[in-house]
Amino acid sequence: MLHVGDPRLLPADLVIVCRRSPSIAGPRCTHYRSRVAKIVSLPQAVSDLVRDGDTVALEGFTHLIPFAAGHEIIRQRRRDLTLVRMTPDLIYDQMIGAGCASKLVFSWGGNPGVGSLHRMRDALANGWPYPLEIEEHSHAGMANRYVAGASGLPFAVLRGYTGTDLPAHTDTISTVECPFTGEQLAAVAALNPDVTIVHAQRADRDGNVQLWGITGVQKEAVLAARRAMATVEEVVDELTPVPGAVVLPRWVLDAVAVAPGGAAPSYAHGYYDRDNAAYRAWDAISRDREQFTSWLRRIEEKSE
Amino acid sequence: MTGTTEPVAGTRSAETWTADEMMSIAAARTLRDGQVCFVGIGLPSTAANLARRLHAPRLVLIYESGTIDTRPAELPLSIGDGILAESALSVVSVPEIFNYWLQPGRIDVGFLSGAQFDRLGNINTTVIGEYEEPEVRLPGSGGAPEIAASCKEVVVVMRHRMRAFVEQVDFVTSVGQGTGPGDRQLLGLRGAGPVRVITDLGVLEPDPDTGELVLAALHHGVTVERVRAETGWDLQVAPDLMITAPPSTTELDTLRSLRTVGSDK
Repeated sequence: MLHVGDPRLLPADLVIVCRRSPSIAGPRCTHYRSRVAKIVSLPQAVSDLVRDGDTVALEGFTHLIPFAAGHEIIRQRRRDLTLVRMTPDLIYDQMIGAGCASKLVFSWGGNPGVGSLHRMRDALANGWPYPLEIEEHSHAGMANRYVAGASGLPFAVLRGYTGTDLPAHTDTISTVECPFTGEQLAAVAALNPDVTIVHAQRADRDGNVQLWGITGVQKEAVLAARRAMATVEEVVDELTPVPGAVVLPRWVLDAVAVAPGGAAPSYAHGYYDRDNAAYRAWDAISRDREQFTSWLRRIEEKSE
Repeated sequence: MTGTTEPVAGTRSAETWTADEMMSIAAARTLRDGQVCFVGIGLPSTAANLARRLHAPRLVLIYESGTIDTRPAELPLSIGDGILAESALSVVSVPEIFNYWLQPGRIDVGFLSGAQFDRLGNINTTVIGEYEEPEVRLPGSGGAPEIAASCKEVVVVMRHRMRAFVEQVDFVTSVGQGTGPGDRQLLGLRGAGPVRVITDLGVLEPDPDTGELVLAALHHGVTVERVRAETGWDLQVAPDLMITAPPSTTELDTLRSLRTVGSDK
């Protein structure tokens, strides 16, 4: 990816805009970008955008989970990340086991239809390979935190959490009084990840990205983030409209990388199915540190 | 279907069925045609899809992944399997499904399961033991707290075991009757909460005066003593205790024909 100041760029190539207003992105918004095509390799995109200590969201609700990008983060040995995802799923179990994370922000941490996330549990119970702090929400709470982040608001309001034990353990849950009716409602702090990563079906050559099927919370997660990237199954000449599709314009993304099969073993609607057998097989691999470590070696040795 | 190795719960002429099968069939029977149902994965999903194939063809199934009125040909393994999107009337985003569809109280029935469940219908899917140092870390909330709060009523399906049916849950993930009668109104929760709990042994329903769950029905072949032995509070028996009708051949055949996506079965 090319940055402002890159000697390969001519001044005429540059239209310099800060992609977030300072009020949204805060003082850390130092990212400027060019109008030139920004389709880059996956290692390049991760290297440019993900830094040690970042708050990182890899979203995709069961569908389009960015596994290839997560594995690249593992290969680049990023550390001390705060990992944000509604459903940590196998990808965060893998990244936690690989030692990338110091904190997890989530709302449902299981292996869907199979059981537990054993690497997550090992980190929580035994600090292996590193201790893991958690910040726990409900799905409705997490979804609304992304909505607030995408909307440039400091918090979101919802009917939720009332009477449950979660608010006593999670600082980013509070209450707010309706100024019109006096009703007490739940309030959740906005989520603004340093970087959000999503996987999509396809992009055009300008880097506009299109995804469809179950679209989850990806639009909100991208718009809430200070930096964002997408991996895609393929690059096409034209994004033919698809019913219910989400389109992420090129100017809200910092990088697009082609990663065919990049959502497997989750799925890409219209491209390949969810590999339920792989989800079941993960239970045995992740239960045992040695088996997991062998799995990790294979991922680390593989290049995208 | 899972748990087919469970001991046989009953027989009907030449037929036998498992306790899990009786549970799924009893749960399916509680759903009425035309209802709008927010479905949890696992046991609730099996029962809801069974109901749709039996007496409730116009049952509207909604999953938290954003699939509205989905009619999967096979059972999904996860809440967001592709088959749910392909067979849905409409697919919406996750913020939309919670904010526009669940939150305002449009959903008739929330269909949930849980790891731990108490006398007052509160559900725990977060931790067994203390939150900071849990004995068992469970998956967490998912959509359940708001499903339990906002659906007009909640039906729970879970296996009846002593460790799961406790006097008081270790952690309130989703509110049932809270601390007792009237607590939901005080908290501002608009739905009725759990109105029925279907297990592999029988059916529990809240006593209208105390909110406490009492034994309302026994599945065919199960005794009161057996249910009490698997319940962690002094389970009371409703004066008009019912016996669940055994599964019909059609119910059993339909249930056994349900296949989970990507499985051999």
